[in-house]
Amino acid sequence: MLNVAQQAPVESVEQVTALLFYLFAVLTCLSGWAVVFSQNIVRMSVYLLLTLGGAAGLYFLLNAEFLAAIQLVVYAGGTLILIVFGVMLTSKSPFAQLRVQMWEMMLGVLVGGAISGLLLFAWVRSEGPSAVAGNTGGAGYDQVSAIGRALLGPHLVAFEVAAVLLLVVMIGAAYLARRTVQR
Amino acid sequence: MNPLLNIGLTHFMLVSIFLVSAGIATMLTKRNAIGILIGVELVLNAAGVNFVAFNRYAWPGSASGGAAIDGVVFAIFVVVLAAAEAAVALAVFLNFYNNFQSIDVERASGLKG
Repeated sequence: MLNVAQQAPVESVEQVTALLFYLFAVLTCLSGWAVVFSQNIVRMSVYLLLTLGGAAGLYFLLNAEFLAAIQLVVYAGGTLILIVFGVMLTSKSPFAQLRVQMWEMMLGVLVGGAISGLLLFAWVRSEGPSAVAGNTGGAGYDQVSAIGRALLGPHLVAFEVAAVLLLVVMIGAAYLARRTVQR
Repeated sequence: MNPLLNIGLTHFMLVSIFLVSAGIATMLTKRNAIGILIGVELVLNAAGVNFVAFNRYAWPGSASGGAAIDGVVFAIFVVVLAAAEAAVALAVFLNFYNNFQSIDVERASGLKG
């Protein structure tokens, strides 16, 4: 009796994890490919939002909670809003539909499928990573402080370069979007 | 049932492969410049999922010690760079729209030939 009770919870955790994974994975992949096949730029932005949300769910499943939060706040809540602003500012009303011919679409899908097949082939034929020990953190693991230490420790140069990059981007975007004097 | 229930590295690799091929197909088939930007975002997301999946399943940690979260740190850098690149790309597209009154990349043929 005790053995059965001890076995059942473990299996159901696995099942719940698998169910959540398939949910988020199907959401992400279907939305990603829906972007390819939609002709309306606003619909593509919505499908991108769904893809970003699905990727955030996958990050939660991979024990990267801080990254999932960053993905939702910065990516879905910042970059996607920027894209929607761009869509709004560069369209005449009604929304322009730039149609692509069918043969171009087929060619694009063919190339995408070929790349996918090549990557699948490479993955199946590879030996896989050598150290499959896995990394779940363990008890008392504070991810935010670990990321902070990593950013100020081993990855300090990349952190500083990213900061300089953001400064350059800010100046560049402000310059590009300036209001020019009307002659 | 076991490979379906036991979520491993291969499952996340499949998601990443799907996303990267979708992103490349989007970059190839869109005439709207913002559509191409959306394709780039898809590819970057696929790379992020790849990084974090390998960090969770196959990264014992670096030689210098510290917590083994280098994959997560790289995925954070990917998010930062994607945001910066989207900002600059949209500034360029806004200028293009102001000059050509269209966001169609077929109109950007000034350097052709």
